[in-house]
Order: sequence, then structure tokens, then C-alpha cells
Amino acid sequence: MTMLGDRQQLSYIASQAADARLNLELETEGMTLNIGPQHPATHGTLRIIARLDGEQVVWAEPACGYMHRGYEKLAEVRTFPQVTTLVNRIDWLGSFANEVPFILAAEKLMGIEVPTRAQYIRTILFELSRIANVSLFLGDLGVQLGAITPVFLAFRDREYVLNLIESATGGRFHPNFDRIGGLKDDLPAGWIDETRAVMKKLRSFCDQIEDLLFGNEIFQSRTRGIGVIPRDVALQYGLSGANLRASGVDWDLRRDQSLPMMWNKADWKVWTHPDGDSFARCWIRLQETRESTKIVDQLLGSIPAGPVMAKVPKIIKVPEGEAWVSTENPLGEMGYYVVSRGDLGPFRVKIRSASFNNISITPWLLRGVYVPDIVTILASLYFILGDIDR
Amino acid sequence: MIALLAEVPYWGQSLLRVLGGLVAVLLPAGTIVYVFLFKMMSFMQSRLGPMEAGPYGSMQLFAEVGKWLQKEDIVPERADARIFKMAPVIVLLSTFLLVVVVPFGPDAWFTDFATGVFYALAVSSVSVLGILIAGWSSANKYSLLGGLRAAGQLIAYELPMVLAVIGVVIQAGTMNLQKIVVAQNSGSMFGVDAVGHPYVISQFVGFVIFMIAIQAELTQAPFDMPIAESELVSGYMTEYSGFRFLIFFIGEFATAGVFAMIASVLFLGGWGVPFSWFGWTSIDSIDNWMNVVGPLIMFTKMMLLAFIIMWIRFSYPRLREDQLQRFAWKGLIPVALVNIAVTSVLKVAF
Amino acid sequence: MVLNLPSEKVKPLSSTSETATLVVDTAREELLATIKNSLGEAVVDSHLKPGDDLWILVRTDAWQASLKKLRDVHSFDYFCFLSAIDWMPSPYGRGEDDPTEPAPERDTTIRPGYAGGETRIQVFVRVVNSTTHIGLNVKVDVDDTTPVIDSLISVYAGANWHEREAHEMFGIDFAGHSDLRNMYLPVDFEGHPLRKDFPLLARMVKPWPGIVDVEPLPGGDSSDATNDGDAS
Repeated sequence: MTMLGDRQQLSYIASQAADARLNLELETEGMTLNIGPQHPATHGTLRIIARLDGEQVVWAEPACGYMHRGYEKLAEVRTFPQVTTLVNRIDWLGSFANEVPFILAAEKLMGIEVPTRAQYIRTILFELSRIANVSLFLGDLGVQLGAITPVFLAFRDREYVLNLIESATGGRFHPNFDRIGGLKDDLPAGWIDETRAVMKKLRSFCDQIEDLLFGNEIFQSRTRGIGVIPRDVALQYGLSGANLRASGVDWDLRRDQSLPMMWNKADWKVWTHPDGDSFARCWIRLQETRESTKIVDQLLGSIPAGPVMAKVPKIIKVPEGEAWVSTENPLGEMGYYVVSRGDLGPFRVKIRSASFNNISITPWLLRGVYVPDIVTILASLYFILGDIDR
Repeated sequence: MIALLAEVPYWGQSLLRVLGGLVAVLLPAGTIVYVFLFKMMSFMQSRLGPMEAGPYGSMQLFAEVGKWLQKEDIVPERADARIFKMAPVIVLLSTFLLVVVVPFGPDAWFTDFATGVFYALAVSSVSVLGILIAGWSSANKYSLLGGLRAAGQLIAYELPMVLAVIGVVIQAGTMNLQKIVVAQNSGSMFGVDAVGHPYVISQFVGFVIFMIAIQAELTQAPFDMPIAESELVSGYMTEYSGFRFLIFFIGEFATAGVFAMIASVLFLGGWGVPFSWFGWTSIDSIDNWMNVVGPLIMFTKMMLLAFIIMWIRFSYPRLREDQLQRFAWKGLIPVALVNIAVTSVLKVAF
Repeated sequence: MVLNLPSEKVKPLSSTSETATLVVDTAREELLATIKNSLGEAVVDSHLKPGDDLWILVRTDAWQASLKKLRDVHSFDYFCFLSAIDWMPSPYGRGEDDPTEPAPERDTTIRPGYAGGETRIQVFVRVVNSTTHIGLNVKVDVDDTTPVIDSLISVYAGANWHEREAHEMFGIDFAGHSDLRNMYLPVDFEGHPLRKDFPLLARMVKPWPGIVDVEPLPGGDSSDATNDGDAS
């Protein structure tokens, strides 16, 4: 194509050789096993290099970057509204939730107040994306441990949520619906009643999964006491979301900070668990899915009438400043540090993604576990590759 | 029937036996795959399963067999080629050797060993060899892990299987499988002979242990560590594709069928119905039509037990290797030993 | 600007209808005073946005010690992230240059952001107090000629991966970090992509389609009522 093609190819071969040298160097004892990058267990192209002694891990190290798309560099050449298309694809299962913190940061810098109706709908869509994301986690949890049936139930019930998101935003996976100042469109007719029906279905799905998977003795013996993360280690590594709450830290960004979103208008509970093991993480996510359905139900009943878009100029220029907004995304704490220079687009965007921190604990956590437990621990930490690699 | 068969020359009888053996192994395998793997699993998972090939997807198995047969025969470069190619055959071979002792009717049997049970248990462990050498010769770390896990697991669960069967042998007083069937169907429980004396009731503990041990011998969930798909891709079968994978696949379900047959012989009364229904007194007084109906009854009982095996497979997550071993050595074997002791005491007392 | 106010310590001052409502953030002001007290000379500058956030700029040689104090004395035990900012405006602009025309002259003077700073590249870290839920952004200057700074691994174990990423993206060396391998990029990648003078390779390979394809932006009057939110 251009000169870059040949150079890229040579560098690729050279890096392959460098990696091989690294592998050879490490082959001193035991067996070095590459789990991934293509593997049924990892949620994407994550490569874990594990040195095994029999069935026990001596050390394990994730090698990321197979999906690095350079979003922070790309965001610098985009205008502010265009960044949402990029950012949708970081955590692609709960994609609306990725747009929200960025839009909130831009609105904070511009000083725009979003109409209440838009805030309600944003919160509802945010919680729907959380439900879509975590219900896949619950199904996938079974597959990682060998139970092949729950994942089909999960996909079946997740389809309802995706259909809802599609009817409101036009996109199942990448809605690209949030705009600076509000939302792109209003809700279609009949959406509210449909959502209520879907939330009922999802509550019964949660009950089914609890029966089928969480009550199972084998599941319990595979997850209890596996991968225990003490509270101070979790805080040091910056674990967030259900992983942090499973270690006993009572911290939920929806409750503990004030953003122009409507979580405080609903009555819901923050779940924590003292154990810090894999079972705790999985269990908390199950309970949080139920809470999300409750939040959606309550908010649906009180959406005010009004516009969904504030008065915003046609060309958006965000005034100079720096802003940090983070929200309680399905995977954890996701935040954007937006630096603006009064230009059409951001000067620098630092994307703080939850899975990057969540997976950074694995070298510490995976020492001395068995090979099957690697899969259990990764499944319970729950990451999306796009979130790690951005 | 005997009169008919007596006129067939010896080579004809052998040919019939070979064909019968093939049918006895492949027909259950195919039926189990279609009914349970394609359809029952799909319905349990809220989907329909294959529907395109044939009415309600009944020809799907033939389509799959055809697909696998026409694939390229790949042997990894660093694999030990000869052993690599032998491994699937050994696994399937043990299934054929096993079905040889199963009686299908009063006169419809392949062999009538006096020590049929002993032979069956011995031969069923030949498949372990096949799995081990498949894992080792594949030159693949995942296969190696799978093969090692399989070796440990299969050897560990041989013991509960053997010990559970000893209770049946003590109760029947013989190791001949045909005589065990007759003993169950001509016996009576608490003086009532309308149901015969199926050992599933009097040897219930043994039955449960045997079914769990079979689940492990077949490397089905919750004991499918050797094939743990989410960790080891396919375990010892990772490097096998095409025809060789087909043999592993058939072997897996054929062995499930044959083990279910053996379990139904040992515990459910095999090909027979209680003799009191038709007023038979001994095996010689059974009517000839039983040789046709017997295999059907055996087939039904086999499907029932295979249903249980598959149902558990689709529902449970898998046990970790050390939990699996602990369960066998610290759980099943002591219970089986106690079962033997109690059975022998009760047999002598009554 | 009206935000939902976080805690009862923040109270709005009364004001006339012409000026914006002034917000007083007592919690953060007290926190800033305490930090300045205990860190003393190490704090070069600070910036407080009431009701929003708090930034401090720390002296380069006191980087590790300050964060250690923040963790131990002020209970900032949650490590959110570590990254860097390159304050030089990009000489490539927004990547929309027509390759057939000569590159326009661009202003590349370095202007730092909140809490000041003197160097082109700054490392910044965000730490949060897990009980009061108040966060703190700590910035530090990194020397332009020899970009070396102390590693925070001994203070926050989670800084490991973040420093690796900052190293490969900005070229900052972290003294004391034993394993500064590349995080995302291949082993022998040359250059530091997030620096502003490293061009966006995608735009070098294929020019911005907007040069020929796209119609120009509509007239940019901020008094327009409607907004379509898209650039084209």
C-alpha cells in the first residue's frame, strides 16, 4: 500500500523472534503454557503466559495489547460529538454506559444543564446496558466452569434487552445515542410498557440462574475460597465495581457521588460481601442485576415530560479546562479525564477503563492456583478485552 | 430361532455376530447422539437443535459423519505418527470388546463367559490406554494436560465401579451376565414376584455408585476435566480432526450406550421381564419371540440410563481435578466397601 | 453552572441574580489546607474547583514521598490511575492536512493546564479516599531532556501496569520499576505514540477523507436553537 507496509511486516517478524527468545529464556523448569490469545475461555484475545509445575501455576502473566486500537490518540483528532462512536466500542457489551461519562465530562466543562427527561432516560439506558452486560456474564460463568446450559438462557433473555435498546436507539450493540446536551431522540411509543415486561422476564432469569448455577454444590466448591482478594490489595490495585464490593468495600459510584443522573431518585441497595473470593464476586453481580431491574422499574414510572435535548450550539466547542467524570459501569469504574483547549475536539482524553485495573491484579492473584482455577478467577473478575486494551 | 441358526454354517454365524456387534454398538451411539445430544440438550437450553437435515434434523448425524469423513487427515509434525493414529482405534476397540459380553435375549448373545463381569470390567479399562497415548503423542501441551488428567481420573474411578458391581455379584451368586439377568427376573422381593428382583432396588447404593463411576469413566460432566473445553480447548482430542475425531466422537457415545447396557443388565434386569408374567420357570422355558423382543427391551432400558447420564452432563459444572480425586478416594470407595460388607452379611443371614 | 451538591458541607452563598451561584466546598478546602500543611514545600501549586475536583502540582523530587504521605497520613488508599499529558499542541493539528499542500505553520507553545507546570510532559495520578470518596489529582513535572521520575510501585502496587503504559506511550522512564516492558505495543516498536509530535499513522497512510468528501461545517452561531451534534 505504502512504504509503511514492508516496514510493518519486518517489525512484526522481529517481534515474533523477540517473543520466542523470551519464551526460551523462561523454559528453565516446569512447563510454560500459553492460554490464548485464541482460546474458548478468554473473553477475547487475552494471552496468559503461565509457568506450570504439574497442575499448579508458578507464575502467570497476562500479555495484553492484541486489541489495542489507540483510542486516546484517535480521540485527539475527533470532534467532541465524534468521540462517542469510538468510545462505544471500549466495553462493547454495555456500550451505552461508555458514552455517558465522556458526555458528562464535556457537559461539565461547557456548563450545560441537561433536561430532566433526558437524565431519566440516560439512567434507564445505562441500567439496561448494565443488565445486558452482566446477564451475559452470568451465563458465561457457567460455561467457564463446565455447565453449558445457562449461557443459552442468558442469551435468550439478553435478546429482550437488546431489542429494547435497539428500539430506542437504533443500535443493539453500539447505540451511539448520547449527545452533548441530551439524547439524540425521544423514546418510541410503548417502550415503557415493553421495558416493564422485559424487567419481569429478567428477574425470573436471575432466579433461574440462581437455582441452576449458584445453588449447585459443584459450583460452590469451585468458586468458594478461590482467588481471595483482601480489601487493601483491592484498593491498591484500583479494583472497582463488583470486584471491590466483594472484598467488603462499601463503595458504589452511583450512590457516592453526585452526577446529573437519576440514581438517587430510585430506592435501591448496594450489595457487598465480606469474603473477597470468586463466589462473592459472582454473587454480587447477580444481586446487582436484580437491583438494576428494580431501578429501571422505579424510574420508568416517573419520567417527566419535556425535551430530551438542551439548547446547544450547532458546532460544539468545549471551553478550556480539565474534567474528570467516572461512573459505575457494568465492569467497574470507568472514567474519562478530558483536557480541552477550547477547540472542536479534545486536547487529551485519558480513558480509565475498569478491566485494565481489574486484570492488573492477576499476576499477584494467580500464583499457586491450579490451572482450572485460572479460568474460574478470570471468569469471576470479568473483563472485556476492549476495556483492557482500549 | 436356534433351529434356524443351527442350519447356518459357522462362517455365517460369525458374520452375523460381527454385524450384530456393529449394530449393537453403532445403533445406540447414533440414537443417543440424536435424541439426547441434538434434541434433548437443545430443548433444555431453550432452542430447537438441528432441524434442517431430514425431518426434525434426524439425518443430522449422517450429515456430520459425511462431513468428518471428507476432511483432511492432519497429523501434527512433531507428533508420534503411528501412536497418534492408533489412539482413537484403541478407544473404540474397547467398546466393541465390551459389547461382546452383553446378553440381548435368552439365546441372543455373542459370548457367554462364566466370568462375564470380570471380563467386562477388565476390558473397559483398555480405553484409558487409548486416551493416555492420544494425549502424549499429540505433541501439544493442552493434550498432555488432558491426557494426564484423564489417566488419574479414569484409574481412580475404576475402583468404585468394580466395588459397586461386587455387591451385585454377591447377590446373584454368579459372574455370568446371562445368569444375573435370569436371577433378577426370576427372583422375588418380599415374596412378591410380580416385579422380579431388580438389583436397582436391593443394591440401590451400588447402583448410584456405579452410575457416578460410569459418568467419570465416560469423562462426562461433572467429571470432564480431561476435555475441559474452557481450559484445554479439547484436552486429549485437541489435535484430532476429521476421521480420527469421528472415531473419538463415536467412541464417546458408543461407550456411553454400552455402559448403560451393562448397567441395565446388572441392575435393571437386562433384556428380561419378570418371568412370572408369562409363567416361565427357567431360561430354557422362555419362548422364542423373546429373542426379538429382548433386544428392544434392552434398548429401552439403555436409553433410560443414557438419559440420566446425559441429563447430568448438561446440567452440572465440572469438578476440579483434586476435588474429583477426593470424591472418588474419600467418598465413593469407602461407601462401596461398606455396601459390600452389608450385602454379604445380609446374603448370608437371609 | 448548577451541579447537584455532594455533601452537607457544601453550601451555596446567596447572590444577586446576575452573578452565578457561588459554591463553597468546605470539605475540599479543608483537605487542601491539610495537605499543604503536611506536604509543605512539596506542593508547588494547586487548583480547586468547588463541588467538583481538586488538583495539586508536586515537586518532581518529592513525587514518591508525597504520594506515600497521601496514602498513609491522608488515607488516599484507592489508586485510580496514572497517566501523562503532553502539553505541546500537535504540529499536525487535527490530522486534517491535505498532503498535496504544504503543511501550515502551527503554534506549538506549551501551556500547562490546572495547577500549572513548567515542562512539556506531566505525569498525573488520581488517588481517592475510599471512605470520604473525595478524589485528588496529583500532577508532577517531568524533565524535558531526561524524562525520569520515581516509580510509584512501592506506594501503590497497581501502578505497575499504568507506568508501563505511560512509559511506552510517552517515553517516560520510571526509576525503580523493575520491569518496564511494553504494555500494548510490539516488542520493538519505535517511538512513543501518545506524544504530540508522533503523528497519527492512520492519517499519514491515508489522508483525512474530509478533505474531499465532506461538506463544510454549518455556520457556527451559538445562538442557534437546534443542534444535530455531528460534524458533518
